[in-house]
Amino acid sequence: MSVAHISWISGPVLRARALGPFRLREAVHVGSRGLLGEVIRIQGDEIVAQVYEDTTGLRPGVAVTGSGFLLGITLGPALLGRIFDGLLRPRADASTHYVEPGMKAEAPLEFDFTPRLRAGEYARGGSVLGEVVNHAGTRQSCLVPPDAEGEVLTIQAPGRYPDNLPLSTLRAVDGSSRAIAMSHFWPVREPRPVAKWLPSDEPLVTGQRILDSLFPVALGGKAAIPGGFGTGKTVLLEALAKSCSADVIVYVGCGERGNEMAGVLDEFPRLADPRTGRPLMERTVIIANTSNMPVAAREASIYSAVTVAEYFRDQGLQVALLVDSTSRWAEALREVSVRFGELPSEGGYPPYLSSRIAEFYERAAKVTTLAGSTGSVTVLGSISPPSGDFSEPVTSHTKRQVRSFWALDVKRAQSRFFPAINPLQSYSEDSLDLESWWAKVYADLPPDGPAAGDEWLALRRRFLTLLDEQARLERMARIIGKDALPARQQLILFCAELVNEGFLRQSAFSETDLYCGPQRQARMMRSLARFIEEAEAALARGVSYEAIAAMAIVRPLERMGEDITESNVQAFADLAQRMDSEFAGLTPSPGAKREA
Amino acid sequence: MRPSLLVSGAASRIDGPLLFLRRTLNVGLNHAVSVHGGDGRTRLGRIAAIDEEFLTVELLESGAGLALADTVVRFHLEPLHFGLSTGILGRVFDGVGRVIDGGPPIPIHRSFQIDGLPLNPVARARPHDFIETGISAVDLMNSLVRGQKLPIFSGGGLPHDRLAVQIANHARLRGAESQDFAIVFAGIGVPHASADYFRRSFEASGVLERAALFLNLASDSSTQRLLTPRFALTAAEYLAFVEGKHVLVILTDMTNYCEALREVSGAKGDVPGRKGFPGYLYSDLATLYERAGCLHGLAGTLTQLSILTMPSDDIGHPIPDLTGYITEGQIVLSRELDRAGIYPPISVLPSLSRLMKDGIGRGSTDTDHPALASQLYAAYAKATQARVLASVVGEEGLLEIDRKYLAFGAGFEQELVSQTSARTLEASMEIGWRLLRALPKVELSRLSDAQIAQYIEAQR
Ligand SMILES: Nc1ncnc2c1ncn2[C@@H]1O[C@H](COP(=O)(O)OP(=O)(O)OP(=O)(O)O)[C@@H](O)[C@H]1O
Ligand SMILES: [Mg+2]
Repeated sequence: MSVAHISWISGPVLRARALGPFRLREAVHVGSRGLLGEVIRIQGDEIVAQVYEDTTGLRPGVAVTGSGFLLGITLGPALLGRIFDGLLRPRADASTHYVEPGMKAEAPLEFDFTPRLRAGEYARGGSVLGEVVNHAGTRQSCLVPPDAEGEVLTIQAPGRYPDNLPLSTLRAVDGSSRAIAMSHFWPVREPRPVAKWLPSDEPLVTGQRILDSLFPVALGGKAAIPGGFGTGKTVLLEALAKSCSADVIVYVGCGERGNEMAGVLDEFPRLADPRTGRPLMERTVIIANTSNMPVAAREASIYSAVTVAEYFRDQGLQVALLVDSTSRWAEALREVSVRFGELPSEGGYPPYLSSRIAEFYERAAKVTTLAGSTGSVTVLGSISPPSGDFSEPVTSHTKRQVRSFWALDVKRAQSRFFPAINPLQSYSEDSLDLESWWAKVYADLPPDGPAAGDEWLALRRRFLTLLDEQARLERMARIIGKDALPARQQLILFCAELVNEGFLRQSAFSETDLYCGPQRQARMMRSLARFIEEAEAALARGVSYEAIAAMAIVRPLERMGEDITESNVQAFADLAQRMDSEFAGLTPSPGAKREA
Repeated sequence: MRPSLLVSGAASRIDGPLLFLRRTLNVGLNHAVSVHGGDGRTRLGRIAAIDEEFLTVELLESGAGLALADTVVRFHLEPLHFGLSTGILGRVFDGVGRVIDGGPPIPIHRSFQIDGLPLNPVARARPHDFIETGISAVDLMNSLVRGQKLPIFSGGGLPHDRLAVQIANHARLRGAESQDFAIVFAGIGVPHASADYFRRSFEASGVLERAALFLNLASDSSTQRLLTPRFALTAAEYLAFVEGKHVLVILTDMTNYCEALREVSGAKGDVPGRKGFPGYLYSDLATLYERAGCLHGLAGTLTQLSILTMPSDDIGHPIPDLTGYITEGQIVLSRELDRAGIYPPISVLPSLSRLMKDGIGRGSTDTDHPALASQLYAAYAKATQARVLASVVGEEGLLEIDRKYLAFGAGFEQELVSQTSARTLEASMEIGWRLLRALPKVELSRLSDAQIAQYIEAQR
């Protein structure tokens, strides 16, 4: 191991005179407490390192010891259901009230191991070494590290072993041999290799109507959630962590609040995974680097997280990586960069901000794994733009990388209209690819009028146009007054409001409405579209706008989300019937002009 | 007291708040120093950077009057600490924890680093105890819970002090006797009159002997302002997590704190960010605001109610903006309401309490509290939209329903937000239901049929 001695230190950045070779991005340990750091620059015999823990007390002369490895983490069966810091050191122990610097990696844990390889077989990187049952009782695969391959010389019989104990030896073609344990090491800044990238034709089902039906994200896709403070980024991400259709959730609290982490830790063990009925915590890995924890570790945390996500992807699982908030990561990058004297660019961020954002989101994908199965990492990142202004660097660079953009709106949030996603500023480039998936959902519903292959896209377009028109008409009403609008336009405003209230609004705190499955979404969309159609027809035959607006059916339509549970299919048929008969009962008002 | 070392004649340069010393001692980063000038004054400082030849000391108090030759530096060999005991209650300190009320020194039970360590998120218990403040716009619409950090976003000349005092004096768990509570007050760059207002109000309500006051007045050193909230929060953490008290911390005015930070960082030559504030303002504020909460297995709690005045009443200004990104909501005061004679002039729409959902509803306040608050929000938002429309096209250009909303908005402000004496939550809720009764049923989509039947139709 090479050693260096500190020659200058300020905050989390130090310079040290090296006595031996160091590598860029190598992990180092500083001082007697072994504080974790990383080499970020090498210049002659001087290295610059960032330290991931509180540097109080360090001084010139203190030793910096190289680890010989790039900054990395250990991936294995001990991840699910637990909480870690930004460098994947477990945070589990509630008896220590404070985060003390100099935390050691944890002692290896033991697991029941069943081998899946036999001596004499040829094992490739990513193939399944064996299976374990983790502490929560979930079955998981242990993988041969992606960079290892060879003939299996030895492999242990089934039994209980520590996760770092070599259980097998591989001999590569060049004759070298390598010991393989249940866990293996991987550098966080290096994407794990895959066999092939796959196009995605399947959504990550979020259970949020406005997302799945209007602005979906594909499995392996990437979405950004920008929004000012209090607009609902965290609540939305938490709602997705609770109910989205992924097998594994990696949730990163990156520079956010301690109480939010405490909330997740309090709630998730008690909630059931909607798909398996098991405690939600069992499919979750939490990485917490709260705003008051050392800032350099915040920079590293999203890389640790995406590496963990890729590790589960490599087991053939669908993984959702939720990052709250990527702005805090970017700020950490800025803080460290300024400390070692790089020239700031736009907004004070280093000039490589945009390439770092691109590299990060590029790790989202649906793939064929090295072992030949299909896995995915879907990345959903929140953005906290200063003053809620989306033209700032982090938002604008991210916007170029992601395919789904869910813009949160302060006005909506202030009237407690949640999720406060602005339908006019948001978009999804994945929607066309997901059409056939939705077609199957609609095909499973009882037919409603002539079957149309692209019913979902048509309804989606209908709703989006309506919302667009609403914005236009409201601008007009501000000039001429609402009462001066013709009845047809008043009806458009009315229907748009109905779509907002009855479809887009969905409280994350409502038991019935926290999750809305694709079938229920489709039924709700159809019900509203039916109302709009019949209302337009009624108006055309001379029924007054006021009579339509006063219909009793309006209230149940507005409250479908709250009042009709997931399994209550009959309620929608009843609603349609009631709607038809109410419309049939409307008579043209004598005074009303017929609108063509 | 830990040993310390005196060094003289090492100073080589003074540049704003930075003092450069030749490195004659092997001391560590962030360790505290006391800098004694030839003028007889002592300033606190901390070691901000070290290389092999020089130490950079960041002075935390004004450097005026220092000279190179006669400056003597005492190295404390550890970060700044504050010695504490329950003896701090009823006492007044300056901005750096020195007794200024003429009384005896504080007996020291334990001593803590003023920067504090980050709380382990796993050790945090989720805050959920509803605090009744007697203020409808808070209790009903933006409920405060124990362990929350909820700032007041105000503006110059608005009655934020009065509101903070009212909350401090009235705050209690519902139905509970006054419990083991304490108040820690930090005046950061506030005028003497304002500090005095708090002291007199606490005296009048008899809570002064349960309060510790830390005063950095407008006339005191501005760099010292960076320390005042840290001393106060260290005291508060001691009272909460060692002594088991329910502590309410009032930090006022955080805008002065941020301005001091800008001043110091500018003098240090940091790259300025938005409006000249350093890029690390967010992280720096987080190290203060995050020092609130509840811990597993400990009885005490720490609730923060900080006050900040928004420069030019702009909520997008970096100070309120970054604060809002860290705190668990905000109570926003409005000049318009204040001008209209409404007290407390709480602007309900931009206000928010994020922990409200854990403190209200079935089992804690009232089963129908969440729905009522949500419906009032929705209706009041529509009322303000109608108001905007009316101001452009006139009331005649409005639809019948918009006129109903206009009336609702006025009632909401004058009857619910405005109040002359404390209200129970029940009284606040009753006003809320009454206001909603004036709206047609189809507008009340956030209420269930059962709620409409019970609160709206049965009493129409
Ligand atoms: N989907 C939702 N359903 C119900 N309430 C919501 C929803 N989203 C947000 N809220 C409300 O808005 C508040 C603020 O939301 P949240 O904490 O998610 O904001 P944020 O965007 O993460 O803010 P910050 O950037 O400051 O962290 C929540 O405490 C909650 O009361
Ligand atoms: Mg958030």
